[in-house]
Amino acid sequence: MTNSELQVLVSSWMDGLEFIDEGAQYLTITVPKENLRDLMFKLRDDSEAAFDYMFSLTAVDWGKNRGMVYHLESTKYRHIIVVHVYTEDETLDTISDIYPTAILNEREAYDLMGIIFTGHPDLRRLFLQDDWVGHPLRKDYVDEANMIVK
Amino acid sequence: MTTTEIDNKTGLVTQEYKINMGPQHPAAHGVLRLVLTLDGEIIEKVDPDLGYIHRGIEKMTERDTYKQIVHLTDRLDYLSSHINNEAVCLAVENALQIEVSDRVKVIRTIIAELTRLASHQLWWGVMGMDIGALTTFMYAFRDRELINDIMEETCGTRLTMNYNKPGGLMFDIHPNFQKRVKEFIKHFKVSLPEYNTLLSGNVIFKKRLQGIGYMSKEDAIAYGVSGPSARGSNISCDVRKIHPYSAYDRVDFNEILMEGGDSYDRYMVRMKEMEESMKIIEQLIDNIPEGDFETKTAAVLKLPKGEYYQKVESARGEFGVFIVSDGKKSPYRMKFRSPGFANLSILDKISRGHKIADLVAIMSSLDFVIPDIDR
Amino acid sequence: MGVKSDMENKNNQDTFPGQVIPGGNGGNIVVGVLDQIINWSRSNSLWPLYFGTSCCAIEMMQTGAARHDWSRFGMEVARPTPRQADVIVIAGTITNKMAPVLRKLYDQMAEPKYVVAMGACAVSGGPFYYNSYSVVRGADHIIPVDVYVPGCPPRPESLLDAMIKLQEKIKTFHNSKRKNPIEGFDEGKVSCI
Repeated sequence: MTNSELQVLVSSWMDGLEFIDEGAQYLTITVPKENLRDLMFKLRDDSEAAFDYMFSLTAVDWGKNRGMVYHLESTKYRHIIVVHVYTEDETLDTISDIYPTAILNEREAYDLMGIIFTGHPDLRRLFLQDDWVGHPLRKDYVDEANMIVK
Repeated sequence: MTTTEIDNKTGLVTQEYKINMGPQHPAAHGVLRLVLTLDGEIIEKVDPDLGYIHRGIEKMTERDTYKQIVHLTDRLDYLSSHINNEAVCLAVENALQIEVSDRVKVIRTIIAELTRLASHQLWWGVMGMDIGALTTFMYAFRDRELINDIMEETCGTRLTMNYNKPGGLMFDIHPNFQKRVKEFIKHFKVSLPEYNTLLSGNVIFKKRLQGIGYMSKEDAIAYGVSGPSARGSNISCDVRKIHPYSAYDRVDFNEILMEGGDSYDRYMVRMKEMEESMKIIEQLIDNIPEGDFETKTAAVLKLPKGEYYQKVESARGEFGVFIVSDGKKSPYRMKFRSPGFANLSILDKISRGHKIADLVAIMSSLDFVIPDIDR
Repeated sequence: MGVKSDMENKNNQDTFPGQVIPGGNGGNIVVGVLDQIINWSRSNSLWPLYFGTSCCAIEMMQTGAARHDWSRFGMEVARPTPRQADVIVIAGTITNKMAPVLRKLYDQMAEPKYVVAMGACAVSGGPFYYNSYSVVRGADHIIPVDVYVPGCPPRPESLLDAMIKLQEKIKTFHNSKRKNPIEGFDEGKVSCI
């Protein structure tokens, strides 16, 4: 499916979505965080979309807020879509029951960016020690003891 | 089993127990730590504890320029170092619309396939060693040295080549390159059947792998498994075929798919992939087009504001680079999608119910490189 | 080849430091300085503990494999457990999370024990010196190091050379100078990052 066909399909499901098509590599959707799980269920289960393969989850600190970027691909149709979601209060709904690959990836995002995924079965630090203070991938992270900044 | 059981007659207490595997363990291929919950010798749960080699590369990229970042990706998955470099370079080239010559594309493809061969050789040697056959290690490293020699001559280094740069290659190939590669292919065409004779048909080896670590197609997709591990479960996921890059659209090769989904099928996929890699190299080695080995670029590259994603097929699966740029000389955020990380996430699922010794076989068949997982 | 000429020199020096007198009835009498004989045997059967964390581990494996074959120098018995090892080869980056593990492994080794820091990361943090929040800048912040091998990763020949250097160091050991290897090290002479 082409990007514009995908856009028509996805926008027929729910309101409140924003699309970035021009200039972007893939069709990019911004979804309000309340609708994240609904959208993910639809993307996975809809027979025309069939995005069954989530290949990348990235936590990004945008400065004023933080968010996740999900990259999805359909192993059937081989089209790719990107979903953006933002959070002001550091919490997001987990999607680890929809895409099990998110179990470890959400732990990584919690560890390095400090986003709390409500409903995650086992949200602990993954890479850093349990007593580590702070979340290093945040833009305002300062660590004078461990970092030698050049 | 529940956590604790007390036998009514004897009063004996039976409880599940946990043991540590790693972080310093010879079969973990690095510093992977697994906390195993066991019922006797049967695995009930595998809880990976990562981070023993987490070096914060994603944070480091936020202060480096794009050309400096390339060398860091060598150290992610050091067995596919060239392929990782290629991913970053392709992402930057696509974002800035830098055209590279056909010569660069072909050389990149040849070296990438040599890297894949070297990686699979090492995997084969170490896999045999994990199962208990030390001889394979010696065979594999004997042949690996020949690839290392070629790399050293052309790229300057044996392992972490750093031969790519945005806009082309660091320098042109060595005059001996074609000759040496052909010699190596000739040699390896004899060696590879030897590998199969030595290990693939061995009854003990087969018994250790067949039916062990079954991964269903649906599970593999849901957990994001990619590369040879997924192709053992009959998932067509070769990025070289689906989203071709460099010179893969002009070569003829097969995507190896196996139906079984157990450790032995994952093993066979890699063995057959080595033949395909040789096929690709043979098609290209005599047809390296003339041209520049680099396109001149500015000393400091600045990507336009936006998001860029580039995926390539590394020796372990789908390696991806995600760049968020705000128009400055360093990326705003850079994420590496490492194949090992996704492949590790299914380890718990597929090793439940097996014995501890089987876990080693399963891990070997998934082919982990820990710095790739930890980043 | 540097290694080869070194080897030739070694073969000359490396003869048994004592004298063997046939004693009859299948027995031999060895005459020599005990210290020298112990040093000779120690230096020629170094059992390394594989401590490969990243890229350098591959080059270390290459050193042990067919072409380079460090068993020529008595080092082939690689041990996964520290209790049976004489020398720990730190091949790769040490992170903050790994540091206590490395120290524990070192403490578990029986004396005499030696340390080889292989590669830029183990020497100084290497490419991760700047801007990384989790890398220890050099293994010598954790344990005392005997031989440093630069390179990223070093060639197998470099590692062989380092091991030969270590053998030379062991040969100069004298029992009267014996001390605990961590003596003076733990008193904070090196600031731990």
